[in-house]
Order: sequence, then C-alpha cells, then structure tokens
Amino acid sequence: MGARYFGAAVRRREDPRFLRGEGRFVDDVTLPGLLHAACVRSPHAHARIRSIDAAPARAMPGVAAVFTHADLARWLKPLPLFGAAPPGLAAAVRFDVRQAPQLALCKDVVRHVGEIVAMVVADSRARAEDAAEAVAVEWEPLTALTDMVAAGEAGAPLLYPEWGTNVAVGFSHAIGDAERALAAADVVVEETFRIQRYVGMPLETRGVVAQWDRRDGTLTTWNSTQVSHFVQQGLVAALELPPHKIRVIAPDLGGGFGTKASGYPEDVLVPLAARALHRPVKWIEDRREHMMAAAHARHQTHTIRLGARRDGTIVGLADRIWLDLGAYNVWGIVLPYNTVAHLIGPYRIRDMTVDVKGVVTNKTPNAPYRGAGRPETVFAMDRAVDCLARRLGVDPADLRRKNYIRTDELPWDFGMPYRDGNPLVYDSGDFPAALESALAAAGYDAFRREQPALRARGLWRGIGISGYVEGTAIGPFEGAHVTVDLTGRVRVATGAVSSGQGHETSFAQVAADALGVPLDWITVVGGDTAAVPFGVGTFASRSGVTAGNSIADAARQVRAKLVAAAAALLEAAPDDVDIEDGKAFVRGAPASAVDLGAVVQASIPTFARPGVATPDFEASAYHHVPTVTYASAVHVAQVEVDPGTGAVRLLGYVVAHDCGKVINPTIVEGQVHGGVAQGVGGALFEEMVYDAEGQLLTGTLMDYLVPSATDLPRIETVHLEFPSPRNPLGMKGLGEGGAISPPAAIANAIDDALAPLGVRVTETPASPARVLALIETRRP
Amino acid sequence: MTSRTVRLRVNGVIHAVTVEPRRTLADVLREDLALTGTHVGCEHGVCGACTVLWDGEPVRACLLFAIQLDGASLTTVEGLADGDRLHPIQEAFWAAHGLQCGFCTPGILLTAKALLDENPQPDEQEIREAIGGNLCRCTGYHFIVDAIAAAARRRTSS
Amino acid sequence: MKPAPFEYFDPRTVDEAVALLETHGDDAKVLAGGQSLVPMLALRVARPAVVIDVNRVAGLDGLRQDGATLSVGALVRQRALERWAPERAPLLGTAIRHVGHAAIRARGTVAGSIAHADPASELPALLLCLDGSVVARSRRGTRTIAASEFFQGPLTTALAADELVTETRWTLPPAHAGWGFREMARRQGDFALVGVAAVVTIARGVVASARVVIFGAAPTPLRARETERALTGQAATATVLADAAQRATAGLDAVSDIHAPAAYRVSVTRTLAARALADAAARARETA
Repeated sequence: MGARYFGAAVRRREDPRFLRGEGRFVDDVTLPGLLHAACVRSPHAHARIRSIDAAPARAMPGVAAVFTHADLARWLKPLPLFGAAPPGLAAAVRFDVRQAPQLALCKDVVRHVGEIVAMVVADSRARAEDAAEAVAVEWEPLTALTDMVAAGEAGAPLLYPEWGTNVAVGFSHAIGDAERALAAADVVVEETFRIQRYVGMPLETRGVVAQWDRRDGTLTTWNSTQVSHFVQQGLVAALELPPHKIRVIAPDLGGGFGTKASGYPEDVLVPLAARALHRPVKWIEDRREHMMAAAHARHQTHTIRLGARRDGTIVGLADRIWLDLGAYNVWGIVLPYNTVAHLIGPYRIRDMTVDVKGVVTNKTPNAPYRGAGRPETVFAMDRAVDCLARRLGVDPADLRRKNYIRTDELPWDFGMPYRDGNPLVYDSGDFPAALESALAAAGYDAFRREQPALRARGLWRGIGISGYVEGTAIGPFEGAHVTVDLTGRVRVATGAVSSGQGHETSFAQVAADALGVPLDWITVVGGDTAAVPFGVGTFASRSGVTAGNSIADAARQVRAKLVAAAAALLEAAPDDVDIEDGKAFVRGAPASAVDLGAVVQASIPTFARPGVATPDFEASAYHHVPTVTYASAVHVAQVEVDPGTGAVRLLGYVVAHDCGKVINPTIVEGQVHGGVAQGVGGALFEEMVYDAEGQLLTGTLMDYLVPSATDLPRIETVHLEFPSPRNPLGMKGLGEGGAISPPAAIANAIDDALAPLGVRVTETPASPARVLALIETRRP
Repeated sequence: MTSRTVRLRVNGVIHAVTVEPRRTLADVLREDLALTGTHVGCEHGVCGACTVLWDGEPVRACLLFAIQLDGASLTTVEGLADGDRLHPIQEAFWAAHGLQCGFCTPGILLTAKALLDENPQPDEQEIREAIGGNLCRCTGYHFIVDAIAAAARRRTSS
Repeated sequence: MKPAPFEYFDPRTVDEAVALLETHGDDAKVLAGGQSLVPMLALRVARPAVVIDVNRVAGLDGLRQDGATLSVGALVRQRALERWAPERAPLLGTAIRHVGHAAIRARGTVAGSIAHADPASELPALLLCLDGSVVARSRRGTRTIAASEFFQGPLTTALAADELVTETRWTLPPAHAGWGFREMARRQGDFALVGVAAVVTIARGVVASARVVIFGAAPTPLRARETERALTGQAATATVLADAAQRATAGLDAVSDIHAPAAYRVSVTRTLAARALADAAARARETA
C-alpha cells in the first residue's frame, strides 16, 4: 500500500466550486413552495411571559402560520444536553452538576435576550419579519443576573429556584499537595485574570431548511451544523420518528468553529413547522439574531497562585475559576473540566489544586468554541509564569526552559483523568524543542539585544511567549463508509462535517492511499446521515484522527475485497495481487493489469455466468478512539505599543507546533493561520458586552470587532512532527491549536513592551482604552 | 409598496426583474437570478461577503436596493471565469490555498480584481488595505494576501 | 434583517426632490450613498414611510475649485473626492481614506456623511476645520449653513425635514499652510474613538493662524478654541505646540461607550492634538 498522497500538499479539490461561487450553503438550498421563517425573540434578559397574542400577526399578508409554545406543546421536548461526566471521570472528581431543560419555544419564562417565544412562517422573510413585529407579547420583567462571581455567591437571587444555587457546575480537584508546596515556596505570585466573553462568529450564520414528504412520512433537513448525527438524534425525539425516516444534511458550511456544534431550538422548530404546514420551510439566521442567539463562549475569571523556588523551579499552583455559562448549562462538565485539564500545560508541576464554579446568568448560553476552555486556562497560567519571571528577575524564555517537561519524562502521567474519563497522560511531543524553534524563528535573542536601544529611541516593543499542550481528537469514534461503483470510482462518506478544513481533499488523500487509486477517483461526502448511519461530527480537532482512521480502516477492507475479486478474475492467489493507480495486477506481471472498474463489472452476474466474486465492494468502519492524543505548540508574538493611545500593533507572530503526522501540510498551515487570527481577535479586539440589565450592547458587527487584514501580520509556522502512538495514522488534531496561545503571548508581549512601567495586563481584550489606563496609572 | 421592473446587466447578460423597493440587490441576485455566489453575511455593510462590482467598482450589494439599479452593469463572482477556464485571480487563489470555507471568497475575489485593475503592482500593505473591508474568519488573510500578490505578478509577466 | 416596507421615489430634478420632501417631511428619508441609511433600515431603527432616492437627480455631481473654494455637489462620491484630493487638498485626501473601506466610499457621498453627522466620522470634522458650509434647498428657497452652525448633536443637524443638501463648500488652505490629521480607531476604517484635524500657517516663525478640530470625543465635532488661542501669535516652537495641545480638552464633555470611556477620549485628544500640530508645523512653509 502506497503513501503517495499522505503528506502531500495537494491543492484542494473543493476549491473550484467555491471560487466560482457555486458552493451550496444552506441559504442556497431552494425548493418549490418554500416558506420563510422569522423568530420573535425576547427583548428581555429575564422575564415571565404573561400572554402572547399572535392574532394580529396571523392576519398579516403572506403569513402561513405563527407558532407559539401552545401550538406545538405536544412536540416540544427539552433540547438536548451534553457533558455528563463519563464513568472514569465521575469516579475521580465529585461534580455538582445541574442542568435545566430548555424548550425550543419558551413557555413561561425567558432567560436571555434572544430566546425564542414564537416563530412566524410567511411567503418571504421580509413579510415574516413584518408579522413577527405584530406578535403582541405581555412581559413581566424579572431581575437579571449578569455578574458570574456575584451570582455564584450564597444569597444571590436564583435563576432556578429549585436548584438553591446558581452554580451549575461546581467541583474541586487536586493532584499532589499544592497548599503545602505553595507554603514552602520562596516566591508566590497571585493575580486575577479576566478573559472576556468572545465567540466563533462564523461568516455564515446558522440556517435550517426542512422538507416533509407526506408520501413516505420522511423528513429531510439541511442544517448548517457541524454535528448532523446529533441533530438527527434530537429530531428523533422531537418528531417521534425513527432515525431512518429523518435525513439531516450538512451542506457547505461558511465556518463553524464550534458555534455550529451545539444543539439549537431552530433545529427542531423548522422541521416541526414544515410537517405542520406540509410546505418546505427555510430559516436563515440574520447577523443580529446570531449575536444574541448563537452560542457564546469563553468568559472565565481565574484567581491563580503560582509558587516557585528562588532558582526558578515552579513548585505548585492553586486556581479559583469562574465560568459564565449563560442561561442554560448546555455543556455540563465539558468547558469547566477542559479548563482544569489544560491548566498545567507543558510545565513540570505535580501539585495543583483547583476550585471551579460554572455559574448561570441571564445571557446567551456558553458552548465550546475553538479551544473550548484552553485559551482561558493558558492565559491564566502563562501570564502567571511571566509575572513570576518578572518577580524572579529572569527572562520568561529561561523560566520556561527550566520548567518545561522534557522528552525523557514522557509519557507524563498527571494522576488525574481527562474529560473522557481515561488517564491524562501526555503521549508524545517535544515541548522544549517547540520552545527553541519558536524562539529561534522569532529572533528572540536578537530582539532582546536590540530592545534597550529601541526603548531609548522611544519605541515600546515587546516579545511574549505562550505554549500549550492540547488533548485533541476526542473520541469515541467517527463513522466512515467506503464504496466502489461500477466504474471503479469511489465514494467515501463520513459523519465528519467540513466547515472549511478541506475534508474533500484530505480524506480523499487517505482513502486514495489505502485503496491504491488516483486521488480524483474519490468523492468525499460529509455530514449526511443517509450516507453513514452512525456518526459524531466535527469539533474538538477530532476529524483527522477519528474520520481519517475510520476511512483508512474501511478503505483497507474494501481494498481486500477488490484484491480477492481481482485474484479470482486474474486466476491468481490474493497474496500475489496488488492494486496501484486504480489497476489490479499480479505482482511481477504488469501486463496482467486490469482496471478496477473491470473487476467490479466482472463480479456482477450475467446470464452467461455468475460473477467472479460477490459484488460487495463496500465497508463501514468506526475506529475506536477511547482517549485523546496530545498536540502542542509554542507561540511567540512581537508587538509595538503606542504609549500615547494604548494601541497595540502586532509586528510578527510565530507558531512552532506538533500535530503528529500530517495529511496535507498546506491545509494544516491554513488552519494554524485561522486559529491565530481568532486568538488575536480575542487578545485585542473581540468582546460580547452585556449591561447590568442583561442587554446585549454588542448587537452588530459594528461593535463586535472581527480582525481584518490590516490587523494581522504574516504568521510564520514551524512544523514539528512527533507521531501519535495512539492511532495507526499517527495523527493528532490541529484545528483549534492556533487559537489557544495568542491572548497569552500577546499580553505577555505587551507587559514586556511596557516593562519599564511595570504594567500588568490582567484582562482581555487588551483594548487601547485598557492599555492606556494601565500606562497612565503607572506613569510618574 | 409599489413594485417596479428594472433591467440589470449582470455579467454581460440583461435581466428584467420586478422588485419591491425594499429588496436588496444581494437578495435579488440570489433569489430572482439564482446567482447564489454573492453571499450575505451581515446585511449591514460590514463584512463584505456581498461585494459585487458596479461598473468595475466594489460595492456592498446588501446596501443597495435593486430598484435603484435600472440599467446598471454589474459583475458577480459568476462572471469571473470564462466557461471552464478560471480567471487568473481564481487560479491564484486555488494555487495559494487562499480560501477555506469559501464564504468570503466571492467578495474577496471581486475586491482583488478591482484592486489589480486600478493598481497592478500593489505592495503587501496596499493589498491588506484593499481587502480591509472583507472579513474572513478562516484564513487569517495570510494566504489570501499571497494569492493576490501572485495574481499581480502573473499579470505583469503575461 | 429586512427593512420595513416603504414607498420609493427617484426624482430627476432638485425641484422634484424638494417637492417630495415638502409633502412627506418627517415620514421621509433621503437615500444618497445609502451606506449609513440602509443599515438603519435593515435593523429597523429607521422606518420611514417614504424613501427619496436622489441618485438620479441631475446637476449634483460637480466637483469644482474656484480659487480657495471647493464646491462639492451632493452626489459626489467619497471615492471621487479621494481621487481628486491628493495634490490639491491633501488634508481632505488623507482624512477621507479613513472613511470605511473602498466599497463604502464607492457609494457613500461626501454630503451624505455630513448630513448624517455621526460625531465619530471624519468629513463633518473636516468641514468644520476647513471653514466649510452646507447649501440646502427646499421649496422655501436656498440657504447656506456654516459648518459651525450645522452640527447640533449626534446625528442631528440644522437641516429641516423639507431640506435637501445640494452642495458642500470647503475653504482650501493656502499652499503654504501646514496640516495634520491623526485618528485613533479600533481598526482601520472604523469610526474614530478620537480624531484631530489641524491647519496652521506660520509667518516669521510665528503661528499666524490655527484651526484645530476634535472629533469622536464629543456629541459633535468641536473647534479646540483654547488650543487655537494658545497658538495664534506665538512662536511656533515645540513647547508652544505641546502646551497648546494640552488645552485641546478644555471644556470637552467627552462621551463614554463600550469602546472607550470618557477619560480615554480626553487623554487621547491631547495626545493626538500634539501629534497633529507637530505634523502641521512640520508641513507649514514659511512666509515672510
């Protein structure tokens, strides 16, 4: 079996349609008789619904229906919840978890601005919006909880009175004895770091199109989702239909980033409307809705203590962590525990204690977004390390050199589980090598030498480092199905969903190698529940490992079937038959080569003869991935600060990363760039802002600042390759990594630039106003 | 609202469409002319996904009402390729991995075309400024800038 | 985000346009470039019953310089002025490149930005700095409104509901004048958190005249009169310039929003004033 394509920088096969504007995104799906939906959303952060009068709306031109909870009560089950602790984790950590049900249409109470109260369906989106305005809702506003720390204290008003608390996820955990270690430390730094609420903000908003077929009682729905099988499962419950009667198709996605990997009310509302009306229904989220209704993310506060000996050896840490979960705890232990599992990162630390409170507030629910807790936790840790370096009077690079886990110390067993319940053990990588590579590529030493002269010239430039170790490719599996057709061409179907990662190319590369066919013989179909019965979806940097290995498994099985049939056709022993370049041949006898299409056709019975073999050239595979595999990286950022305005300019950015064996290096590099760009957004620009009444102040892209081309420098990527021992392809996940370290690296660089003033950046985004305020309090 | 019939010349072909005043050019291109390559990302003029060319200049299709454009000459992304042959800018993006999800791509391609038509030899800063009004959430702009620079070099060498 | 329904008119002459404005007044909005209006319609924060599209009105696209006066017809696009300005009005050319992005400037009009009067936008500030005026027509006649009278508050001007801007007029600084333009925005093309535009003339080492305008910091663009007073007639030294810049915030009632608190705007006003004045002094050419 060849490795002709694996590792090759093949240009992407899906590109021509996107370049031509012929992609098919959910809003490009059009059906005869299509109706359009618009939602009536709560303007209040917390309110009781006294009454809803939809009659004026129903009377408006073009309106087909207005649905409130009362109209669909029979079908509205609580929306899916995630994040229960797997057995291995629940055995080690005592979680206090509370999850309240959320209904697709609010019945009595709304708990965040943007929650849906009614859905209007009309002959155009514009007329649906006109009618939505005419739905008369009588509200009784209630007190809104907006401060997670205050809401997490005893005595705070309760969002869910039956809980007796607003802490939806509470736990403590320790390894070693951090308090003893900190008490014995020569130096302890303590600081509170605030990471803001910021979000995925894919350029394409969400959308759902649903079509009900009365003839055979089936539903087809196109949904801009990263998790078609999860959506299907949700519809099984809502529609009370078996899965094979529900087809969920994820079309081309204009970005996902985790925002489209959550379960949403519209997933079920649009299909319910289509079935009730016997007309296809389309709902396309507009940007204003997206800001208030699509999942929010991040939003953590860490009060961290980090202790060290005078020689720079870090001896222990304690961290109190708050997460603002929004109005519903949709994701259970996922974000809080991810945060804890990634706190220590590449550092040699055996003594850690954490106290975690995930608190509900009257805001849009929080869900995993590119990094999912890791950027926040790395910010706390790497900022604390730099504060420690400053206290000890050592260079932050040297402090990391001293404390990074070395390769001879791997595998490194933390003595606690990962989120999947299996032991958290770093399996591979070379963190010191990543550090040295990143520093060298960034010209760190030369920068340090020049820095005093730059300062003397009035240039406030700084350099900052951050590194992470990331559990990637969470399991437990991904579905893949491979089949060969009458001409020898191949269809690969998988539960993975591409939202820009280039699956149609990278998975074809894997399959082509495993089968022995040319790359362009392969078509990859993702995210269609009709094409592969069991699947999970794309998030958590998992699809290369999970789908890649399943595809390889299934393709190998198909190859074996082709070899057997070809052997029968060629009257040779299977062991003597090979497949290469789409042809089967007897090894050593090139003239025997026969096209795979001919092998398939020869297996089909005719009147004259039976087939040479059963014409079964398909296979499914669900490669078991019990636990994650560890990718890692070090980032170095260079900034220049304008001390008169607080403006931070990014001069350069370097990433030295290991993501194991790589299918397509160019796709990998693009993923790193994109992740870094989002991390830069979090470091300097992006913030979802609520006021004290729970009103969302950042309601459009005029206020939520996505970085543009003039805000980002070129990004230099250094590739390291330490194959994963945990899957046959040796791969690790990489989609999220780029987004993890930028806030820490950039904040470290800002502190470094302003070192003569002793400024300490403790919250992001490091906006000009915040940076200038720090400067002005320190300037003599 | 009184509808009106307007004639739009899109990619060289004249279409007559009857439109209500409040329908944007973006929606009319997508729905009435089935030219879905122009994408809608924000409907308030910030993201640039809806960018088309009007007499060769980039404009936001979400900020124009189709009823305003009687007689206008427009280029959408569908007008770039010549049958099977991709436009050199499209080729450059393909070669440089200048796209990931593809949602921002049509707007960026047209903006790049307008840039190179006016300034055939832009430096990196000029390229970044020219696409500064086109948001991309996937690429970090790195390979997009490379693609446009490559397209510029190809133009001058051909 | 689809607009609420509206009636649409596209008059061909100024007379037709102002007749429509007289009839519909407060229920109507003028559509020129649309770069500010259409988002408001999409968000339904503006819901006029009538939209008067003036893009086909004849005679409003002239760009004419007569001595020191630049007359800009109401339909002149920002991009057109941007292309005209670099040699002939470099302050204007520089400032206008901060307005949004090329696609916005392709449609946005100079007059439209001024009539919209966003306190954080560049063109209203430049009109004030360059001693400009707005020519407005209605059925009641024509009047010229000085920039100093025109801007009354955020998005609020002296225009009556039945008036249409037909032209803006600008007084171009003399060739020997020095100019400075500094803006602080979150990203390139965004509205300014703070901006300063300055024009000075220097004769025999003494500041002969100074006009300094601050924008983005207050509900309207403002002349920094204390700064101007501290400069005029003084030696054009670094100390004088720096001291004058500190006075730019005298009487400034700065605004706070989610991007910057008032204190930030106050501080940065001084900083940008200092930089803009230094630039202006460096560019100014001596006259005897």
